[in-house]
Amino acid sequence: MGRPQIIASAVDNPDRTRGWTSWITTTDHKKIGIMYLATVLVFFILGGVEALLIRTQLAVPDNTLLTPERYNQILTMHGTTMVFLVVVPVWAGFANYLLPLMLGARDVAFPRLNAWSYWMYLFGGIALYASMLYSPPEAGWFSYVPLSLKQYSGTNGQEAWIYMVHLTGLSSIIGAINFIATIHNMRAPGMGWGRMPLFVWTILIYAYLVIVALTSLAATVTMLLLDRNFGTGFFDPAQGGSALLWQHLFWFFGHPEVYILVLPAFGVFSEILPVFARKPIFGYKAIAAATVGIAFLGMLVWAHHMFATPMSTTVLAFFMLMSFVIAVPTGVKIFNWIATLWRGTVEWTTALLYCVGGIATFTMGGITGIFLAVFPIDWQLTDTYFVVAHFHYTAFGASAFAMIAALYFWWPKMTGRMLSEKLGKVGFALMFIGFHTTFLIQHSAGLSGMPRRIYEYSETSWTWYNFVSTIGAFMIALSVAVTVVGVVWSLKRGAIAGPDPWKANTLEWFTPSPPPENNFDVVPRVRSVEPMKDIRREIEQRTNAEQRYRSGQPMLH
Amino acid sequence: MSEGRNRRRLLLALPLALVAALLAAPAARAGLLFPESGGSPNADSIHTLYVMVFILALFIFVGVEGTLLWALFKFKAKKGATAAQIHGNTKLEIGWTLGAFVILLFITVFTFIQLPSIKNPKPSLIDENGRELTAQVDGMQVAATNQSTPKGPTMTIEVNGQQYVWRYLYPGQDQLLTYTDMVVPVGMTVLLDITADDVVHSWWIPKLGGKMDAVPGYTNKLWFRIPPDAIPEGQKQVVYTGQCAELCGRNHANMYGRVIGMRMADYKKWYADKVQQLKTAETDVAEQQKKLTEQESQGGDE
Repeated sequence: MGRPQIIASAVDNPDRTRGWTSWITTTDHKKIGIMYLATVLVFFILGGVEALLIRTQLAVPDNTLLTPERYNQILTMHGTTMVFLVVVPVWAGFANYLLPLMLGARDVAFPRLNAWSYWMYLFGGIALYASMLYSPPEAGWFSYVPLSLKQYSGTNGQEAWIYMVHLTGLSSIIGAINFIATIHNMRAPGMGWGRMPLFVWTILIYAYLVIVALTSLAATVTMLLLDRNFGTGFFDPAQGGSALLWQHLFWFFGHPEVYILVLPAFGVFSEILPVFARKPIFGYKAIAAATVGIAFLGMLVWAHHMFATPMSTTVLAFFMLMSFVIAVPTGVKIFNWIATLWRGTVEWTTALLYCVGGIATFTMGGITGIFLAVFPIDWQLTDTYFVVAHFHYTAFGASAFAMIAALYFWWPKMTGRMLSEKLGKVGFALMFIGFHTTFLIQHSAGLSGMPRRIYEYSETSWTWYNFVSTIGAFMIALSVAVTVVGVVWSLKRGAIAGPDPWKANTLEWFTPSPPPENNFDVVPRVRSVEPMKDIRREIEQRTNAEQRYRSGQPMLH
Repeated sequence: MSEGRNRRRLLLALPLALVAALLAAPAARAGLLFPESGGSPNADSIHTLYVMVFILALFIFVGVEGTLLWALFKFKAKKGATAAQIHGNTKLEIGWTLGAFVILLFITVFTFIQLPSIKNPKPSLIDENGRELTAQVDGMQVAATNQSTPKGPTMTIEVNGQQYVWRYLYPGQDQLLTYTDMVVPVGMTVLLDITADDVVHSWWIPKLGGKMDAVPGYTNKLWFRIPPDAIPEGQKQVVYTGQCAELCGRNHANMYGRVIGMRMADYKKWYADKVQQLKTAETDVAEQQKKLTEQESQGGDE
């Protein structure tokens, strides 16, 4: 009791912050962040169920569980859901919650616009899933023309898809403008560019990429809408349009999108590793610079998704080389994370394990990416299960692992309660083993000639690969169930967290858990990348009372 | 110290041993770790390129993942331990950035050494009459969509993807069309002009090399040359199968393609038979139509 609590404020106004109306009318970035994350969880489970249906259908040859029509609808919904309704908005959710807290601000720059972003995202998702009631889209999440044109996809599911892209795209763009305005203008005194948390760095770059990529996509899907309903013929070869134009425009969005998914995940790794290694991040400037480099190069690699289309060798060679070059800043980040652990005192918390597991998995996705970047090898491997494996290693390995790491790490801040570490570790083991069981063997399926997006196969040499993969998918599902149980349990019975349970470094831990509506009554002056370390030291000096926790040493509960 | 050196040697030896084991039985491992090949020189070159990248990748994999795991276990928190407060090391960081560049430079050089043998059709091993050719001159290299033509005889087949079948147009006056099964003479360089009539498809026979998309409005190029010894002893043909690799609609999974290699004499016989069959079928249809119209006109008279 004698030791002072390190918090900024404990004042709260209960009338304004309770009841369900406070949620739907809120402009508080924290509530909006939580609504984002809750919605993401719902879509994540829907997308996961779709994945399980796909894996169950493919578990054995000549399966008749799903019709070809139903299968194509499910694979389209799975891809679309995971990309547009899960891994992009999940970072909008975390950024919403954390950005102002990390910056020492009281909210984002435009709180009402922020609420609008959320509602557009929600209704975009509902628009897509409403098509489940009549006929879902079935041309894949990439909606290649001419297959997605009216002649070949006659149902209105494609319109639902376009409408969803428009709504969630606008949501992301407006959200991105909000983040950029907040980061540029609302940092705590003393927080120069070189003292900004790395998660904030990655959100800043994420936001710029969203503006470049999603505006382009909005124009592209508008052209598709016009082609389908107003006879414009941008993409219809019969009317002088080009089927390849769609692919170029789509991947001009699609590849930056990949980095929109993973850069914030890199930010999460860069925040959590130093906390539990009890070391400063290794090479702060290199990591921030690598983020900028990846984003810039990420806009110059789109055609590596199209190596098998008719293109000249010059184009092929350019996109191969750019894809190689982007591996360098990505490698730099991985080396820096390893160096952060090196000579630290690494506490094996669930959040840290998810980070290290995510990095290990992402690294393998990066290595298989080298194979795919070499275009003659890509001619053999593209559109096979090798590619399915590759991008799940990168997108799932980075984004999904980081998403759960972030959940375990920031849950105490959001709710004031801890998640169970025991359940967390069980969940992690299931997730890590389940993931690699599902996807490692898919490389072999692809190398043996199994193409993507087939609803059935008769080739018995693929049976074993597919059966094992299906078992893995159910392990992942079990892991997600364990996490959900842990979350529900923690809400009622989790240990009380206190303001700073991890002894972390960034400003959000200066507030009570959960933080009051105005976040900070007093905004501290920032003197380094690790302001909480400075604050702890200062209090120790001022009060002359020795703190229980010493910087640089493990907590060991 | 010697223990550390031994451990390092062991770490180095591990991937090497793995590579050796894998290379010793490449045929057995095809599909599990390496792409399919064996039906055409370009497929074999892709396989070689893949193996080269695979060896390099194995070292990167063991190095990076090994160090990561090592750091996780070796520096696990203990009571009383203090973490070294290091912020960075410029020399080290420049070093690994350059290191990554050098590895990728290696792969780039590998790729461009192998590329011509994958992209440019090799000349045929036989002439139009099935006689062996001895002098071989590779063609000139030009762009991928505008591939070179090798010296000597070649055979060009127009591949057309349609929901959900492949159609092939053979060279010659007869305008012979077949579906799903493409029959070619072994030893002959076959050039493919690939396009589609409706949606995007992708032509792929794994053992014959890479795939190329069939995009309506565009012509894509690919080639293969089945080795004459691919036909098993005592048999007349060799069959390679594959299926469409680009989502083309509900029956995408059932859009198969087969390439059947025959000796020149057998091919010529097959071709002549096929043309004859079509001609007979055409005359049959014409006669039936004639009969039908006659019957109809007779019926009208009554």
